[in-house]
Amino acid sequence: MSVIYAGRPTRRAPRGTEIASKVAVNGVLGLMALYTLIPLWWLFVSATKKSGYLYTGAPLWFSHFDLVANVRTVFSFEGGIFSTWLANSALYSLVGATVSTLLSAMAGYALSKFSFRGRESVFNVILASVLIPAPMFALPLFLLMAKLDLTNSYWSVLLPSCVSPFGVYLCRIFAAASVPDELLEAARLDGAGEGRTFFQVALPLMAPALVTVFLFQFVGIWNNYLLPSLMLNSSSLQPVTVGLVQWRSEFANGVPPLVPITGAALSLLPLLVAFVSLQRFWRNGLTAGAVK
Amino acid sequence: MSSPSSARTASPPRSVPAVTPRVSPAGRPRRAGRRTALTASGFLAPFAVLFLTMMVAPICYAIYQSFFTVHRAGLFGGTQSTEFAGLSNYAAAFGDHDFIASIVRVVLLGCVQVPVMLGLALLLALLLDSRSARLRKSFRLAFFVPYALPGAIAAVMWSFLLAKSLSPFTGPLSHIGIDVDFLSPSWVPVSIGNMITWGWTGYNMLIIYSALQTIPAEVLEAAALDGCTGWRLAWAVKIPLVRPALVLTTVFSIIGTAQMYTEPAVLVGARVPGVSPKFSPIMNTTLGMDLGGQNLAAAESVVLALLTLVLSFGFLKYTQRKGAMA
Repeated sequence: MSVIYAGRPTRRAPRGTEIASKVAVNGVLGLMALYTLIPLWWLFVSATKKSGYLYTGAPLWFSHFDLVANVRTVFSFEGGIFSTWLANSALYSLVGATVSTLLSAMAGYALSKFSFRGRESVFNVILASVLIPAPMFALPLFLLMAKLDLTNSYWSVLLPSCVSPFGVYLCRIFAAASVPDELLEAARLDGAGEGRTFFQVALPLMAPALVTVFLFQFVGIWNNYLLPSLMLNSSSLQPVTVGLVQWRSEFANGVPPLVPITGAALSLLPLLVAFVSLQRFWRNGLTAGAVK
Repeated sequence: MSSPSSARTASPPRSVPAVTPRVSPAGRPRRAGRRTALTASGFLAPFAVLFLTMMVAPICYAIYQSFFTVHRAGLFGGTQSTEFAGLSNYAAAFGDHDFIASIVRVVLLGCVQVPVMLGLALLLALLLDSRSARLRKSFRLAFFVPYALPGAIAAVMWSFLLAKSLSPFTGPLSHIGIDVDFLSPSWVPVSIGNMITWGWTGYNMLIIYSALQTIPAEVLEAAALDGCTGWRLAWAVKIPLVRPALVLTTVFSIIGTAQMYTEPAVLVGARVPGVSPKFSPIMNTTLGMDLGGQNLAAAESVVLALLTLVLSFGFLKYTQRKGAMA
């Protein structure tokens, strides 16, 4: 167990143990990286295989490369529904994340920069709702939407996606940290109305932090499965998650396995790109949420 | 190439200033206060309206529904009448064998999966934080990537990865004499636990790692001067200092386990023989609702929400008390 020496100051450790600890520490980290990356590697390799060759050859290496044909099949399958699913996912995520970020910013700003009676109670109610997981709301929400005849419409997924109590919590922290009271006072003294003060002074100051809120909300909605699968019946309204699961379950009814596999690989690309390029903001969000 | 200390200074602990109420001098007329409340509520209103309609109202509606039953008269449900049912829906929920079994199943699964996942996350965070770690940024990214994947798509992927005919794992395993079918009834809970661990370990690791980075360098130097290094440093200094992050990740994991739905639902869709359509409590309630038992489903959702709250709040309170006594 040479891992024991991880973190020992260099001047004390003899050279041998130091190397051993380096090997052990990075070995464990490397093993874990293999665990997280091999499934994704398999997915991308499989998506390139010619249909019929999925079950033959090495599962983790290329053979009979036929990616273009697979992609074509996915986009033309069942009348090209896959592009509709992608567009739906983009619509739900973009609109939902934009609206919820703006509303969270306004609410967080109000909770941080104005003092009024009941402020803490309002905040506590919002915070408590973070502790009840969203899926617990999904079923009651479905019952209510059914009562209002809103199920199986864009609204049934969009409206719930526009509320983010966790976003309000983050925005309150961000507003307190990045918007100085003096600046607001100055804007008011200069005769700016409350709305103008918010949109032209506070909002730009909060902007970097708001990217974080937007990102978390965007991915949350993009990844959601339970809510849209409960609310939507028509295939043409579904986001890509629900659609792909449906293709997977129709496996036995003649959907070739390469269709959901290639579809899954394709649907990950936009998110992976966004994710790798915006990494910094993820950490900000996690830290703000965790270390407070 | 970043040494631990430079990494530490790169992201200083974001000290959150206490929320300062707007100073109101003693002589200020009361009307100013009222105006403040009015503008504040203007900013709060759009969120509040959606929050009330999309979160509070459904809960109230579900609670209301859970106390009523619908009686259908006539063969084809010709006339319906709603009647107050008292606690009979709740009695039915606790008498529902499948529902109780699904709760027990998920609690047992969580009791194994959550400690394994958080232990792994803590270990990885400590290793990444240690001096010997290399390529920190790449490792962090590699661990966190699964979090960006939709749970449903990850489950679709694993449903192929674990299938006996396709899996890249079963082949090598059978070479060394281990013959497993990961999607057989006895292995399914392990496979679902694996999917969740795969998806969420990196997320939890990042929270713990971020907390580790906020430990002041002086504290670690002082410990090192006292000869406290390696595992002892981790155990006696680092872990106690990141306790809030550990509590937070545990609470999130408890909530996550309670809402288990996507992974088993995808496996049911994929006709994996080991998963019943009533595997998890949420699957039970949605299924019940499809069959027309809306009132029972409402009661079961209320029971689930309460149970989750009790568990997550209970854990928070328990750790707070222990923290106060320590």
